[in-house]
Amino acid sequence: MNKPTPSQTVGPFFGFALPFEHDYEASAGRNSVRVEGTLTDGQGEPVPDGLIEIWSDDEFARCRTDEEGGFRFVIARPKGNSSGGEAPHLEVAVFARGLLRHLQTRMYFPDDDRSNAADPVLEAVEASRRGTLIAERDGAVLRFDIRLQGERETVFFAI
Amino acid sequence: MAADDDIAFEPPYLFPDYRATVLRAPSQRLVRLPDEWFEKSAGPVFGRIPIRAADSDLTRQHAGEPLGERIVVGGQVLDSDGRPVPGAIVEVWQANSAGRYIDPADDHPAPIDPNFTGAGRCLTDEQGRYRFVTVKPGAYPWKNHLNAWRPAHIHFSVFGATIGSRLVTQMYFPGDPLLAMDPILQSIPDQRGRDLLIASFDIDSTVPIWALGYRWDIVLRGRNAVPRSDAE
Repeated sequence: MNKPTPSQTVGPFFGFALPFEHDYEASAGRNSVRVEGTLTDGQGEPVPDGLIEIWSDDEFARCRTDEEGGFRFVIARPKGNSSGGEAPHLEVAVFARGLLRHLQTRMYFPDDDRSNAADPVLEAVEASRRGTLIAERDGAVLRFDIRLQGERETVFFAI
Repeated sequence: MAADDDIAFEPPYLFPDYRATVLRAPSQRLVRLPDEWFEKSAGPVFGRIPIRAADSDLTRQHAGEPLGERIVVGGQVLDSDGRPVPGAIVEVWQANSAGRYIDPADDHPAPIDPNFTGAGRCLTDEQGRYRFVTVKPGAYPWKNHLNAWRPAHIHFSVFGATIGSRLVTQMYFPGDPLLAMDPILQSIPDQRGRDLLIASFDIDSTVPIWALGYRWDIVLRGRNAVPRSDAE
């Protein structure tokens, strides 16, 4: 077996290279959701040089964080037919200066209490931390903040 | 498969010599995903990120040619089971030959080159091969510690067949004295892992009277390299 090429940080200077037109708007369909959040560090300070990538069932979106650490997505709501009894969710990857490897997390939906309660991945997370993986409804927007470290640190997965 | 050995080939999240990790590395234990996650298709990304044929030549994006040492950087994208990865998306970005990024956030007082942006994209061919024409990036100072300099490098972002094979990394040049002092490269514990990020000078892809060739193969995680459920 060949060893996989090791990861290195995306660094601070990807902003002229990785964004593309309409990168954060994957979907204009009726079934799309708008997600907004803030990426913060261990002192609660915004991370203005982060890059978030999101996969839904059939869609991909990418968003560079802004000066306030903010990011946003418009993406189709997953249908929730994934194997293993998993509740509908988005796969979320986080890249930033200071992250030597990217971080992988998930966003579940706040109005799916029953399927979330049966989700094996959520079940494997300590109950006190589970909420960091579930977005909050804020009017027409789903709010999903990502805290890299410290208080209410987002749950990240081993990849 | 020895999990410790694999870990030694990847950087940790927390590596205090690289200061920016201190407040950004997660402090809680990472949670295991089901094995099936590592097989989940990256499909939706293909066709989403725009890639034009001209995007692989970074020396032809402006009215004139950029200053610097013209180079060809190419290689093969394989998975860790040894299979070529055709149709992989490869994105690159870099500083110009003076060590300055076009990015407005870069305040290094070296000249911008009006004929160089420093960003490119391509898809790998049926044998998993990629090729970029560019100029050799310069080293540049950063504020991590006193008199810190990044060795010359090209950033790579690669999408293979699965979400689990997603890779963002950096390619370095052989023989650079700054490699040994760079906390970002040195965060990889095992020298053999660090060596995987260093390209080879390649006389075979060197184009006579035109450009020096560097070869760098990229290995994405395949089925045999997925972390096992029983490994803690």
